[in-house]
Amino acid sequence: MSGIDDIILRHSHATRDSLIPILQEIQDEIGYLSEESIVAVGKLLNLPTSKIYGLATFYNQFWFQPKGKYHIQICQGTTCHMEGAFSLIDFFEKKFNLKVGQTTRNGEYSLEIVPCLGACSKSPVISINGILYGSITAENLEEILEEAART
Amino acid sequence: MEKIHGSDQILLHHVLSKTSDEQKHITEEKISMLRRQTVSKPIIYIGSTTSSHVAGSKKTLKAVEEYRQEMNVDLEIIEVGSIGLCSLEPIMDVQLPGRCRVSFQKVTGDVVATILDGVLNNFLPSEFALAQYRNPLHQPWFNVPFFDDLPFFKHQHRLLLENCGLINPESIEDYIAWGGYKAFANVISNYTHEEVCDAIDKSGLRGRGGGGFPTGKKWKETLSIAANQKYFICNADESDPGAFMERVLMESDPHLIIEGIAISSYAVGANKAIIYTRNRYALTVIRLEKAIQQAYDLGLLGFNIFDSGFNLDISIRKGPGAYVCGEETALIKSIEGKRGMPNYKPPFPSTKGLHGKPTVVNNVETIANVPHIINNGFEWFNTIGTKQSKGTKLFSVSGKVNRVCLLEVPFGTPLSKLVELAGGVPEGQKLKAVQIGGPSGECIIPEDLQTPIDFESFKNKGLAMGAGGVIVYDDTVCIIDMVKYFMNFIKHESCGKCIPCREGSQRMLDILTAISSRPANSDGHGSLERFKGVILLESMAEVMRDTSLCGLGQTASNPLISALKHFKNEFEEHIFERKCVAGVCRNLRIYYIDVEKCTGCAACAKRCPTNAIIGTPRSPYFVVEEKCIGCGICEEVCKFSSVFFK
Amino acid sequence: MEFSIEVNNRKIQARKGDTILETLTQNGIKIPRLCSVKSLSPTGACRICVVEVEGMKNLVASCSYPVSEGMVIHTHSPRVLKARKVLVELLLSNHPDDCLYCERNGNCELQDLSYELNVRERRITGVKSKLKLDLSSPCLVRDSSKCILCGRCVRVCDEIQSVSTFEFINRGSKTRIGTSMNRDLNFSNCIGCGQCILTCPTKALHEQSSLDRLQTELYNDKQQKVIQLDPAIMASIGEEFGVKPGKEIEGKLVASLRKIGFNYVFSTSFAADMVLMECAAELKQRMETKENLPLISSFCPAWVKYAEQFYPELLPHLSKVKSPALMLGAITKSYFANTIGVKQADILSVVATPCLARKFESQRIELTRNGISDVDIVLTTRELAHLIRIYGIDLQNIEPLLPDLPFRTSSSSGKLYANAGGFTEGVLRTLYFQTTGKEIPTTKISELRSISGIKEYEQKIGKEQVKVVVSNGLTNINSLVKAIREGKLDAHFVEIVACQGGCVNGGGQPIGLSVKDKKMHAKSIYDIDDTEIMKAAHKNALLKDVYDKFPEVVGKKNVDILLYTRYTKRDVLR
Ligand SMILES: Cc1cc2nc3c(=O)[nH]c(=O)nc-3n(C[C@H](O)[C@H](O)[C@H](O)COP(=O)(O)O)c2cc1C
Ligand code: SF4
Ligand code: SF4
Ligand code: SF4
Ligand code: SF4
Ligand code: SF4
Ligand code: SF4
Ligand code: SF4
Ligand code: SF4
Ligand code: FES
Ligand code: FES
Ligand code: FES
Repeated sequence: MSGIDDIILRHSHATRDSLIPILQEIQDEIGYLSEESIVAVGKLLNLPTSKIYGLATFYNQFWFQPKGKYHIQICQGTTCHMEGAFSLIDFFEKKFNLKVGQTTRNGEYSLEIVPCLGACSKSPVISINGILYGSITAENLEEILEEAART
Repeated sequence: MEKIHGSDQILLHHVLSKTSDEQKHITEEKISMLRRQTVSKPIIYIGSTTSSHVAGSKKTLKAVEEYRQEMNVDLEIIEVGSIGLCSLEPIMDVQLPGRCRVSFQKVTGDVVATILDGVLNNFLPSEFALAQYRNPLHQPWFNVPFFDDLPFFKHQHRLLLENCGLINPESIEDYIAWGGYKAFANVISNYTHEEVCDAIDKSGLRGRGGGGFPTGKKWKETLSIAANQKYFICNADESDPGAFMERVLMESDPHLIIEGIAISSYAVGANKAIIYTRNRYALTVIRLEKAIQQAYDLGLLGFNIFDSGFNLDISIRKGPGAYVCGEETALIKSIEGKRGMPNYKPPFPSTKGLHGKPTVVNNVETIANVPHIINNGFEWFNTIGTKQSKGTKLFSVSGKVNRVCLLEVPFGTPLSKLVELAGGVPEGQKLKAVQIGGPSGECIIPEDLQTPIDFESFKNKGLAMGAGGVIVYDDTVCIIDMVKYFMNFIKHESCGKCIPCREGSQRMLDILTAISSRPANSDGHGSLERFKGVILLESMAEVMRDTSLCGLGQTASNPLISALKHFKNEFEEHIFERKCVAGVCRNLRIYYIDVEKCTGCAACAKRCPTNAIIGTPRSPYFVVEEKCIGCGICEEVCKFSSVFFK
Repeated sequence: MEFSIEVNNRKIQARKGDTILETLTQNGIKIPRLCSVKSLSPTGACRICVVEVEGMKNLVASCSYPVSEGMVIHTHSPRVLKARKVLVELLLSNHPDDCLYCERNGNCELQDLSYELNVRERRITGVKSKLKLDLSSPCLVRDSSKCILCGRCVRVCDEIQSVSTFEFINRGSKTRIGTSMNRDLNFSNCIGCGQCILTCPTKALHEQSSLDRLQTELYNDKQQKVIQLDPAIMASIGEEFGVKPGKEIEGKLVASLRKIGFNYVFSTSFAADMVLMECAAELKQRMETKENLPLISSFCPAWVKYAEQFYPELLPHLSKVKSPALMLGAITKSYFANTIGVKQADILSVVATPCLARKFESQRIELTRNGISDVDIVLTTRELAHLIRIYGIDLQNIEPLLPDLPFRTSSSSGKLYANAGGFTEGVLRTLYFQTTGKEIPTTKISELRSISGIKEYEQKIGKEQVKVVVSNGLTNINSLVKAIREGKLDAHFVEIVACQGGCVNGGGQPIGLSVKDKKMHAKSIYDIDDTEIMKAAHKNALLKDVYDKFPEVVGKKNVDILLYTRYTKRDVLR
């Protein structure tokens, strides 16, 4: 929580314009937007929390539950789609027994679908904790997961 | 300005073209050094962009550093942007003293030593060589083509991409050495606001964000309004699926964008500028932030720039992910800390934008043209392109092509050229169609690819230019699947405000899903229902186009309508025969196991999500047709290629 | 600036700055609409109001597009009609069409529109919306499956009430109306005013109905069934049955309710007189001690909750006197019960009121004694009308009866509080008398009868210049509250009501009333005051009688408990 306090303090003169940047900083700090943090931002900006929650749910980026230790993003850009990103989604959903947008119970993995990750020539592309992996196939997936676990 | 000393002072004088006679010599020397006309030790350039990072360029960089250490050679290592050849990444250039800078392709970490061992000893490992840069002062390599001879570059007109892949994007000195910020200095010292607007107006520059609206006209509108505050917004929220031109441009030459914004802001009388880009573009943000900081440090931004009385602050906003925030009114709301739901127009942002103040919103690529027009004059710009579309256009070509790439061609180039430059479709496949403009564009069949790229020809053909994402389909691509993909995108990315777009996209997706899946009971009635759906699609599409509030909903049906026009037969096949020729629509497939080939390893049965595969180990397995959902996992995991589908 | 435009081949005059819709409406051309409402800012969301403007590529949403000189408009061309129809069909494609089971059946904008546009076949089929019913609030129910996302509730709650309970959440086809953190309403900051219900075109927002429960209770012979009628009901319910508002309707309602099975029908205004007496005394006392001034009215439960949530520091200013309905509830279950010799628990106390927030108020723990609420059931005007229909009563032709003794009559002050500012008029009349022993020279204070958001007035009472402020619709009060907090408001009395115009426009009143209807209702209340002879609470002879016997019947120690209440800070997701 102290991290959030710092962020709030840093923005003590902020206006509504800074709402998104503040939420981004909070999410960078704790990985998601907790209810307390939303209330704190509401107090700071004198905004009803319904407006903050409404805003945050509008954008893809914001999460309302902690992400997994391994946060896996699957690219659903056009090229990746054409190269079979959907089977990757199936694969992960089955493997970890979770749905897109969720985190496994043990807090290990979370899954998200994202638009083009910007490396179309290496599609299909996934990202694990922000590190991109390209040319994914059924075979090299396990390897990649292991590599991610190492780093 | 007095505060700035030493070599920075030299650079500034260069920018301002104020170099005194006694300084002339050292300035020239400095510029030549920065341009690396002559080098005293080998320089290794490594292409470093998001896409090259995925390809492994970070490992390449590490390998070079290790090589330097181990072999104890004196090398300079510089990270540069991208030349636009994504598929050949990682790309590494080597420049030896006195010799032409030569590029190598697919330089993964493990081959670095081999290449360097060769080049540094004047022996070229030709299997990795891509091309070399022509320079009369340098001795060329034998048997390596020059870049400007490669068809890929020969047919381009690289104006905006001039510096990309050549210079260090994180160095303002590099940018200045190649003529950067001269246009800005010129403008704020010698031009009135009106004169800049006028020059851009006369240049015929039109918005590259998709609409093609004349930039000069928009600027003049904002300039003419009296207001105590005006804003300039650089729309860098490139989020069309399949478009990555702007990311590469910003990662490779960020100062070009900063200079463009500075000039544009001056032109419209704005002293606050905002770059709205995507949070997911992490490297883009880092490079832009660095560039802005460097410009501040040199006094190119901030208070009373060059004593002209003009102040300018540029800040970056990282869009938290919503396609529709590319739409200007939604973008403005997002900056104001609201849900990015588009607003009705009029009033247009140019009269009432951010915080109700006059605001110009321009696309990154539009802005990147501005310094060039100022430097070379609008008359020069008028000579590039066609009658009504001046200049060049960036395209990113992806999908089923041999070379996923980024390129720049003058307006008037036929569309087919783009496919050609990207190396055509993979061998053995046939070009099926080209989707241009992403989810708001049409699919164009090969016969129509002779259409020249320009706003008027496109308009006449009922096509939308879009931002520049080109996606190539070959015959392994199912049109219905792609249309469905785009509709799913729209349904997801619609802001949800107006009925036609929010409900229409969902219902259209429903219909498309229905025709690409096996109906529960496959009697004739089902087909009829499915066929009725198609007729409805057209009527819904028309209403969506006619009534949606913003461009997203208005154009959302374009991929579908154009596909229906050109590929009616494919739709009919899906509907009546339940067949997907391309074999993509998973729910129309039925999987079988070849009894002859199956070894009974049970790998497929373990992975089948619906437990549709049964059998006893070590004898052939079977697919239970009713249970199979056609996901294809079995085919993927079978090591003995025993699984096939019809 | 005026200029002419052409609409459907006819020239009409238009004013610069107006929207197309405004121009058309002024010229008697009707355009259907769903998302735009006169008092709220336009958003251009639903697109139902599209018209064809020659020279424009797409159809134009008339509610948000400005007229300009020389426009040629077609409001009902084939293209327009087709578009509107498809839009409605799209809305219906996932709508749970169970009109027959729907509260808004027969009074639903979506239903009307689909009829108007001749939607006769389900051409577009989607999966029926099945979203969770939110029954958690004591006041309102949210049935999101019937929500068409017009955003009217969001804007009312933002722009008029400044509570901001609702906001759009999610995006694309997953867009919904939600509360903060998408919690149920009882966790939210909703104050239960019900203004959003009045503006919702469908059943997506409706009241927490008590009719079923009431019907069951009506068959319970062991209890005495008592109902009280709020004066604001008399202003509006008549229309539903073709009877003029005013005095006559009260008698007919009394007769109907007796027929339905109520043993006693009382008039809330009686208690309102009592509240005025207490409140005037409280004000007099505070003016003497100069403590916690200004005194702020507390008869509006929505405002009280608002204060408890957002301005707890103001709570000491709030009048400790109960609201009329709850006061009468308390007296019924004590004084009256004693008089007729039944136990507190054997009385079923029902309130019929235009106020939705009373449903919440009646459940407040502070307003129970021995674990029994003073008011068991709260019926809104709409529910009352429904009740009368259920029992097949012909309101027009029924012989009127008087309300029951002892809570039968009231001064006209006891009725005035239905209009914003009316309560203050009543307080001033009685305060004048209590302070000077004389009647106030002019009863009617026109300054307090205007429709503006904030009204101020000064009245010389004895030596003191008494300053009063009236605020209605909660958007106006933020500045007021700020001034009070900073001690900059030199007023003695402040009346705050949550609904614009006061209880006549309460959240329980009939849905779909025009501005003109609403004006008529307010006027009918003032008309009563203008013709009534007994204009002030202290002149109510029946009240005097009750007051005299009161401490004796209920026991001295109970007087405070029965008449006064308290307030507590409330933690909600702001
Ligand atoms: C749904 C939608 C998405 C858009 N996305 C972008 C975008 O990503 N980048 C962009 O520059 N313009 C985008 N636009 C266009 C902008 O609204 C705006 O017209 C443009 O930024 C103006 O700049 P220009 O005149 O330089 O083209 C989009 C428009 C719509 C309707
Ligand atoms: S067309 Fe779609 S994205 Fe645009 S305002 Fe309407 S719902 Fe939102
Ligand atoms: S295609 Fe999928 S569902 Fe069908 S048998 Fe193979 S694994 Fe099972
Ligand atoms: S994986 Fe292949 S070989 Fe093994 S059981 Fe399945 S079909 Fe047979
Ligand atoms: S809300 Fe209206 S349309 Fe919907 S079910 Fe109820 S009456 Fe019918
Ligand atoms: S309106 Fe039609 S559907 Fe409804 S009850 Fe009457 S006949 Fe039945
Ligand atoms: S009842 Fe009142 S406070 Fe509650 S949501 Fe509706 S308008 Fe807002
Ligand atoms: S709840 Fe009612 S008023 Fe609110 S958006 Fe839904 S339909 Fe409109
Ligand atoms: S103004 Fe009247 S109807 Fe409205 S909430 Fe207050 S007491 Fe209830
Ligand atoms: S489509 Fe996946 S990286 Fe671009
Ligand atoms: S990033 Fe290099 S061109 Fe794609
Ligand atoms: S009434 Fe005009 S868009 Fe809804």
